[in-house]
Amino acid sequence: MSFLKITKREDTPRQKAILIRIISVVLSLIFAGLVIAVLGYNPLEVFSSMVSGALGSASRLRQTVTKAVPLIITSLGILVAFKMKFWNIGGEGQIMMGAFAAASVALFVDLPQPLMLLCMAAAAMIAGGIWAFIPAIFKAKMGTNETIFTLMLNYIAIKFVTYLQFGPWKDPNSQGFPKIADFPKSAVLPSIGGMHMGWIIALVLVILVYILMNHTKKGFEISVVGESVQTAKYAGMPISRIIILSMLLSGGLCGLTGMIQASAVEKTLSSALSANYGFTAITTTWLSGLNAIAALFVCSAFAILVQGSSYIQISMSVPAAVADMIQAIILFFVLGSEFFLQYKVSFHKHGKEAK
Amino acid sequence: MKPTKAIEMKNISKSFGAVKANENVNLTVYNGEIHALLGENGAGKSTLMSMLSGIYTPDSGSISINEKPVEFSSPKDAINLGIGMIHQHFKLVDVLSAKENMVLGSKGAMLHGKQLSRDMQKICDQYGLDIKPDKKVYQMSVGEKQTLEIIKVLYRGAKILILDEPTAVLTPQEIKRLFDILRNMKAQGCAIVIITHKLNEVLEISDRITVLRRGQSIETVETKDVAVNHLVEMMVGKKVDLELEKPQCITDKELLRVDGLYVSTKENKHALQDISFTLHGGEILGVAGVAGSGQKEICETIAGLLPAEKGRIFFENENILGKSPGEIIRLGIRMGFIPEDRLGMGLVGSMDMVHNIMLKDYRNQKGIFLRKKGAAEKAERLVKELEILTPHIHYPIKKLSGGNIQKVLLGREIDSNPKILITAYPARGLDIGASYKIYDLLNAQKKNGVGILFIGEDLDVLMALCDRIMVFCGGQMTGIVNPSVMSKEDIGLLMAGGTTSADSTNSVAQKEGETQ
Repeated sequence: MSFLKITKREDTPRQKAILIRIISVVLSLIFAGLVIAVLGYNPLEVFSSMVSGALGSASRLRQTVTKAVPLIITSLGILVAFKMKFWNIGGEGQIMMGAFAAASVALFVDLPQPLMLLCMAAAAMIAGGIWAFIPAIFKAKMGTNETIFTLMLNYIAIKFVTYLQFGPWKDPNSQGFPKIADFPKSAVLPSIGGMHMGWIIALVLVILVYILMNHTKKGFEISVVGESVQTAKYAGMPISRIIILSMLLSGGLCGLTGMIQASAVEKTLSSALSANYGFTAITTTWLSGLNAIAALFVCSAFAILVQGSSYIQISMSVPAAVADMIQAIILFFVLGSEFFLQYKVSFHKHGKEAK
Repeated sequence: MKPTKAIEMKNISKSFGAVKANENVNLTVYNGEIHALLGENGAGKSTLMSMLSGIYTPDSGSISINEKPVEFSSPKDAINLGIGMIHQHFKLVDVLSAKENMVLGSKGAMLHGKQLSRDMQKICDQYGLDIKPDKKVYQMSVGEKQTLEIIKVLYRGAKILILDEPTAVLTPQEIKRLFDILRNMKAQGCAIVIITHKLNEVLEISDRITVLRRGQSIETVETKDVAVNHLVEMMVGKKVDLELEKPQCITDKELLRVDGLYVSTKENKHALQDISFTLHGGEILGVAGVAGSGQKEICETIAGLLPAEKGRIFFENENILGKSPGEIIRLGIRMGFIPEDRLGMGLVGSMDMVHNIMLKDYRNQKGIFLRKKGAAEKAERLVKELEILTPHIHYPIKKLSGGNIQKVLLGREIDSNPKILITAYPARGLDIGASYKIYDLLNAQKKNGVGILFIGEDLDVLMALCDRIMVFCGGQMTGIVNPSVMSKEDIGLLMAGGTTSADSTNSVAQKEGETQ
């Protein structure tokens, strides 16, 4: 005899879904505003400062885009896996291994710039792909749990790069500072429009992944395997091959993120390079409803939030913890609204016995 | 003396969102009466009974139990008032004994084992039930498990019993026993509601019948005054021809030959044992048996989804055993398969008709892109030909009704011009109108020379539709019989694993099994 009754919604009408989402955003702003007010800041000022910090000037906008790029590409990678209900939470590790492979090319091979960048990208995609292929083959052949498998591989990748950074790859010219040597000029992505060209790669990939998932046979197979392995088997689809191929792609995209971050942002390999993009992308992918185009917008919105909250730390000297809280509150409400999209919560009064 | 009203539900309405599951439904059941609640799927039977057992609360209307108005807020309230529901799927703990299951979930202090046995024996004696209190559930037959479910609700003091589709899993013999139990309980003054859509059983067991249609109670009639055709008309809302034709068009062409097939699965080591049969063009070969006798396994093995231990399966003289479904499609073997689990195996529920239609032949397209135009045209055509009710062809099929989902599946399989068609429970869960539409479609295929393996559950339908019936029991074939010379009771005996005097195929099959 509970007061709350939770029932699954069969079908949420579009208008209602939009309304629930709007309410969640409004509520999150009110709630975050309350927290900000309690801490002695003017909520309106903080919010407007966040917006102007993310979009207010050309250079700030570039900062935001630079933050959005790795998120978008990683989300696309995660999307391919999630569509197949393969819970790839190993984005971090795949980014790391991608960056490692790109760095191997950049540091030890001497090539003219275009060729260098292409080789780095190819190496990164292969390395990231392999890092996703390992759990995929174990899942396809032995039915292991991919969630735990991909998660553990993250740590192996991060620790491996840390080892390189502190050990064999340590730059002898860094005066004892644990850091890997900077990439040569030929290994740095050129800029387009004042930003490194990663944004163009991201846009192209969004379109390619969208076409792959919605208009190709492979995309169809991935969706069917994700919906029901039984049905895929019934339809005669080569399930193991589909799992392995799409995981190579998923890991490859994450690996490419690693290459872009190493080449254009860090300009070297470092153990902090993945910066949680692999985990953040899980959230953004999920919020995008596994649609590549939607992922573009969700990731951009997320980048605005991140950039805005780092801006208010400088402009209004809001502590980092408060900025994190604002981020968390907004995310909490937006994610929480998904629950209300799928379930209906109603109150009902305590029942009466027979009169 | 006028009997008292055990249940009186008046003007009950209940809606889920926009769906009116019940609308002004009235139901009165007297003590000492067996009342059948009859209606097609989605007519609102289960909703009505869920309200009676406290799972749902009605939006409006009143419920009286033993002529006193009541209001339930949970199933516990209903149990306290002596209402017991026996669900279609048993809720028993396998490793516990009968008496332990009996007390499971009921309140009270720890009870002494011997006392429990005595309590249980008392209930058994009173209602003429026969189950040893110490027998473990895993050792029980399906019929015994059901009896135990009945004992469970009686132990909690139920005087009003609701049985949801109780005969679905029983052999004819077990059904007879169940009906004896129910009559016994009726004689003791219990009120019994039985939910079903099997008309013959309704006529046999019930005193009165309430027919529901589209959430409304159409009529309550005395069973002795009513004819089958009239009942169907009330259920469906129009006249339905219940005659099934059985065209004689069997050809000499042997399309499928299964030879000494053994299959073991993770759940069941002896899922299929020494199965041999042939299927000819223009023939419907039925498979009868209680649920879980190997029906699913025979279908999936032929379709290439399950590996076999040994044996051979010939499709037009080519051994296809060991080939995957993909290879079977690629080799151009024209085999249609309507699996039991439509949305879990035959179709993708969240996708639309177009994608589902191309599920099996998308690979024949050239290049890497998926062209949907052909499938869309096919979908439009099937919607027209089979009268599939869908808002549009891009609508997720899991939101369609069961009958329409089945039409999509059957439509796709028939449209691929199969030579053999394997159908597992093609009419399960469908209303009468939709079921007969499916049977007609199968008969049309048969006339085209297609060989059809038909896994069924309703023996009456099997006998009316099939040229031969193969009977399974516990993974073994207990006989292949001609339904026009064999009685339903004899087939029932085969389903239970026994032999009949008239049946010689059975002993032959067994002898072959021994020699291997």
